[in-house]
Amino acid sequence: MFLAQVIGSVVSPVQHPSLDGRTLLLLRPVGPTGERCAKTRIAVDRSGAGVGDRVLAIDEGNSGRQLLGVPDAPIKTIVIGVVDSIELAGEGVYDHREG
Amino acid sequence: MLIGKVVGSVVATRKDEALTSHKLLLVQVHDQLGAARDQYVVAVDSVGAGHEDMILYATGSSARQTSLTKDKPCDAVIMAVIDSWDLGGENVYEKWNEG
Amino acid sequence: MYLARVIGRLVASVQYPGLAGVPLQILQPLDEDGADMGQTLVACTSVSSGPGDLVHFVDGREAALACPETFVPVDATIMGVVEQAFAGDRDLTDEA
Repeated sequence: MFLAQVIGSVVSPVQHPSLDGRTLLLLRPVGPTGERCAKTRIAVDRSGAGVGDRVLAIDEGNSGRQLLGVPDAPIKTIVIGVVDSIELAGEGVYDHREG
Repeated sequence: MLIGKVVGSVVATRKDEALTSHKLLLVQVHDQLGAARDQYVVAVDSVGAGHEDMILYATGSSARQTSLTKDKPCDAVIMAVIDSWDLGGENVYEKWNEG
Repeated sequence: MYLARVIGRLVASVQYPGLAGVPLQILQPLDEDGADMGQTLVACTSVSSGPGDLVHFVDGREAALACPETFVPVDATIMGVVEQAFAGDRDLTDEA
């Protein structure tokens, strides 16, 4: 699992049927303090996340497909939670109420 | 998949039993303009590629998705021999015009 | 999944069985600014994408699951043609 910042959304009417009805979000993977740490990617939303949210995501197919209950779908990156707060070495480094 | 050129072969008498009798080819990675990168992989050949052929190879767990490499310790497999490719409508590589 | 631009097409008549008829296209992955991100790669496509299109693709073993035959050595497949992509208030479909 990794932390990411939701920075946008993607709409593709022409797409593989397994994506129909699913929301696609643009994610910037970040470290605990919000700095970018990996390549920007697109994820299927499962948590009702929106632009500006700090989220928890996975980029590993098998567990993701189990979560969605679609064992044969070509889906790999999924937002599985919206983060409320993060603590690093006893100190709060992120709180969603502060944005 | 990445584009590569078969530049040699690798023989290993002492290797994992699962790899016995597999053809191992030395592949030099090429970019979309056909220029060689300073990057090599050893790949199992699943299509009968020959010396100097431009090929496509797949990596990671996808490389084990052939009848030859299923459940074998293999992370790169040659899965196509390239005839041609174009960029923006301009042919970059044509097999029939090579050497 | 990643955002990418289709920059070319590739033809291979000798392919692993099960891949016949699956189009192969050359992709340049893009970042959140619409700028090139990393090396180009070749992907199968599960939709009617073509050169110039902004697309998204799945990598890894899941890429094979989007092909007609799913037990194939494929590690990247185009999953959709992007009509709208916003990063902040910037429309990525306008760029590049």
